[in-house]
Amino acid sequence: MKWLLVIVIVMATSIAELLQAHGMKRHGEIHDFHPGALGRVFSRVFRDPRMFLSIICMSVSFFAFLALLRVADLSFAVPATAATYVVETILAALVLKEKVGLRRWAGAALVACGVFLVAL
Amino acid sequence: MSGLVARLQFKTRLLAAVVILANVLGNFFLSLGMKAADAGRFLLAALIDPWVLLGIALLTLWLLSRMTLLSWADLSYVLPVTSLGYALTALVGRFLLGEAVSTWRWAGVALIVAGVWLVQRTPIRTTRRRGRSEAA
Repeated sequence: MKWLLVIVIVMATSIAELLQAHGMKRHGEIHDFHPGALGRVFSRVFRDPRMFLSIICMSVSFFAFLALLRVADLSFAVPATAATYVVETILAALVLKEKVGLRRWAGAALVACGVFLVAL
Repeated sequence: MSGLVARLQFKTRLLAAVVILANVLGNFFLSLGMKAADAGRFLLAALIDPWVLLGIALLTLWLLSRMTLLSWADLSYVLPVTSLGYALTALVGRFLLGEAVSTWRWAGVALIVAGVWLVQRTPIRTTRRRGRSEAA
């Protein structure tokens, strides 16, 4: 049960972030940082169906995390979800076609191990 | 290094700093407010606590600034780099809240810093440019 919830959390978080990144990439680089311009950007972005799906996935992840906290300690829950760093990097390379070189892989792996230890 | 690349790097670092600080401070004020709120009262009462409101405002800033960063930077770049917040949280816990930080946690902080240092030396964007607001 514990591990099933961890899998649900990791998958839901990764899909949510992937959809969000995909939506923002599709929108294109934001250049204008004036409040009015930013307001227009976000009102457009939040109407994107990808953002809607992303929010649903985030909610699934949040409630699965709450469920996990009922059956496991926080010191298990947080380090276990450090796996999202690895899953998201793999998905960013495969789905978003980002070029993840050796240096970035090494960095992401170090960060994942670091988050695991810090949360322990 | 061309001026355009230098500009992108400056913009990215500045916004990454906003993302990291908004997250760390947002969580800090949220936890401060939740602890200060009367334990016997309803959870909803915490929502009018000024520290909780400040925390929520900062976490909203965190979400929007992170989305802005993702409009030009790779997810596989943003994700590790902004995890510097975990390291910062340990430092805030140790030096502002006087919490004990174990050797394992310090080792984790060191790994995160090393990982972020590696990732920030990779190109910020490796995908094709697209979208309507691309004209620069």
